[in-house]
Amino acid sequence: MKPYIREKSTFTFDEIPEDTCFEAGYLVTVNAGWRSVTPYVDTEKCIGCSQCYLYCPDGVISMEGKTPVLDYDFCKGCGICSKICPRHAIEMR
Amino acid sequence: MNASALDKNEYFYGHKACAGCGGSLAVRAALKVLGERAVAVLPAGCMSAVGFNFPQLCFGNNAIISMFAGTASMLTGVEAGLRRYARRKGYKDFHAVGFAGDGGTADIGIQALSGAIDRGDDILYICYDNEAYMNTGIQKSGLTPYGARTTTTPAGANIHGNIRPKKNMFEIVAAHDIPYAATATVGYINDFINKVEKASKIRGTKYIHVIAPCPTGWGIPVSDTVEVAREIADCGLWYLAEYENGEYRLTRDPKEFTSAEAYLRRQGRFKHLTDEDIATIIDSRDRKWERIRKEWK
Ligand SMILES: Cc1ncc(C[n+]2csc(CCOP(=O)(O)OP(=O)(O)O)c2C)c(N)n1
Repeated sequence: MKPYIREKSTFTFDEIPEDTCFEAGYLVTVNAGWRSVTPYVDTEKCIGCSQCYLYCPDGVISMEGKTPVLDYDFCKGCGICSKICPRHAIEMR
Repeated sequence: MNASALDKNEYFYGHKACAGCGGSLAVRAALKVLGERAVAVLPAGCMSAVGFNFPQLCFGNNAIISMFAGTASMLTGVEAGLRRYARRKGYKDFHAVGFAGDGGTADIGIQALSGAIDRGDDILYICYDNEAYMNTGIQKSGLTPYGARTTTTPAGANIHGNIRPKKNMFEIVAAHDIPYAATATVGYINDFINKVEKASKIRGTKYIHVIAPCPTGWGIPVSDTVEVAREIADCGLWYLAEYENGEYRLTRDPKEFTSAEAYLRRQGRFKHLTDEDIATIIDSRDRKWERIRKEWK
């Protein structure tokens, strides 16, 4: 589980909660538009060490078994994963 | 704790922090250790500004914004409520955790923090230290290091940035005889994760001070956050330590420091420093380590 995009994304003034409580993990926009370069994983070179998963500030990398899977909706393209990778298996393009 | 033992869920996701933000990495990693029953308290600062933009609410667990000075006092209340609620529901794995910036900790929230430690409240206070008030545009805080350029400590011909040393927050907290305090950096995330996990099992007040570089404020490329966060510990301008049972302990004692000059020169906020300024910084580093190595072990 993680916060995810909801269908209802706009609120009229009357719908805005009067107290300051609202459902946790309620997302209405993606961050993909922030990106000018995109990380691509070379699965041949990847050894599944999880370093990219651990160091991603946005948490967009998840490990499926030994393979990192990226959520490009929320990747901002910072390139930390590419720098941290001990096998240089992530290329920024 | 290794990567596979870590909670697969993400509790800080879709946030609007700048690309390569060190603070958001600290928050994300800590919440993965503490799990969904952690209630997070965030004062004014980048992490609350990027996490709560109604209707974009990026915390997967319960999280609340406190007033600037009141992180620790709100944690006290949250913990009291959680304790009662958890007893009624029959569970024990809850945590009240705070994430405050360096300004929110060392300057504005220090009184509330001191009070909470004094009362011995069962809370975990994490200070993500990006070494200035970043959310309002890079003003000097008590944790801005000597020589750093900020908008309130500009670098000119006569004065070369901040003229005051970094407040020694870790030892100030430890001097309260707190049950557990630690320093960390997002550059060594496993060490940080282990310290959060250790703190989560200790009763009483816990404090973790984690260095979290800010590419915008430090003047570094967004891809270099983790590298710089490693370098600060490798070159001796930061130290990894714990305070427990009344004793200080280094958790990492580098045999040889890497170049502090290289660490400083790669950052925009230190670009103006002269060779003498750098010698002053290295000298104070060496004196600090001499004391640490003599007094701690
Ligand atoms: C009482 C009060 N004073 C000032 C502010 C304005 N303010 C909001 S965030 C911020 C900076 C916070 O800096 P820090 O605690 O270092 O966290 P960072 O932004 O670096 O994450 C300031 C001064 C405020 N919200 N409330």
